[in-house]
Amino acid sequence: MEKHYETVFITTPVLSEDQMKETVEKFRNILQKNQAEVVQEENWGLRKLAYPIDKKSTGFYNMIEFKSDGSAIDNLEIEYKRDERVIRFLTVKMDKHAVEYAKKRRNQKENTKKNESQKEE
Amino acid sequence: MAQQNQSEIRYLNPPAIEVKKRKFCWFRKNNIKYVDYKNPDFLRKFLNEQGKILPRRITGTSLKYQRKVSRAVKRARHLALLPYVTDMLK
Repeated sequence: MEKHYETVFITTPVLSEDQMKETVEKFRNILQKNQAEVVQEENWGLRKLAYPIDKKSTGFYNMIEFKSDGSAIDNLEIEYKRDERVIRFLTVKMDKHAVEYAKKRRNQKENTKKNESQKEE
Repeated sequence: MAQQNQSEIRYLNPPAIEVKKRKFCWFRKNNIKYVDYKNPDFLRKFLNEQGKILPRRITGTSLKYQRKVSRAVKRARHLALLPYVTDMLK
């Protein structure tokens, strides 16, 4: 039974832009390799951390929402631990309310983008 | 006699009797079902100045949602979206 998962990870700010994209790419491939279907990805960019994590006070936040039957999780976590660019990660199983909330949030984001583009025209 | 002086007492400033404000569960009122750990400003409403989780007797949330809030706050703290301890001004 396909379960919904949501993983958020923080990468060190030292990375350049393309290195950061490459890490996100790497984790997406890991998920695809373990038959997980990536539903949505978000990149919150550089954010100030509430407390310094290994002497760094800012970090790149990315969020990946995916559907899988749970086997993908442990290799994903091993990869996270192995990769030293990722300083913090959190994978969360989403219950039905969470899935609904994420869907609502996605539509909200789409129509904000839509009316932004309308405004430009 | 005693009865009379009893009523004689006049207070310098009237005692501030705590008017019983009906507390309500914020989540049940606007029927929010999921507490998202990803936006810290919403969670900040349930933290005090030191960043500690406010007890139910103050916020008035019901037990079911207080647990969701505390789980979300702890997740946000893990992701450094919320500080563990701070003296942030509200």
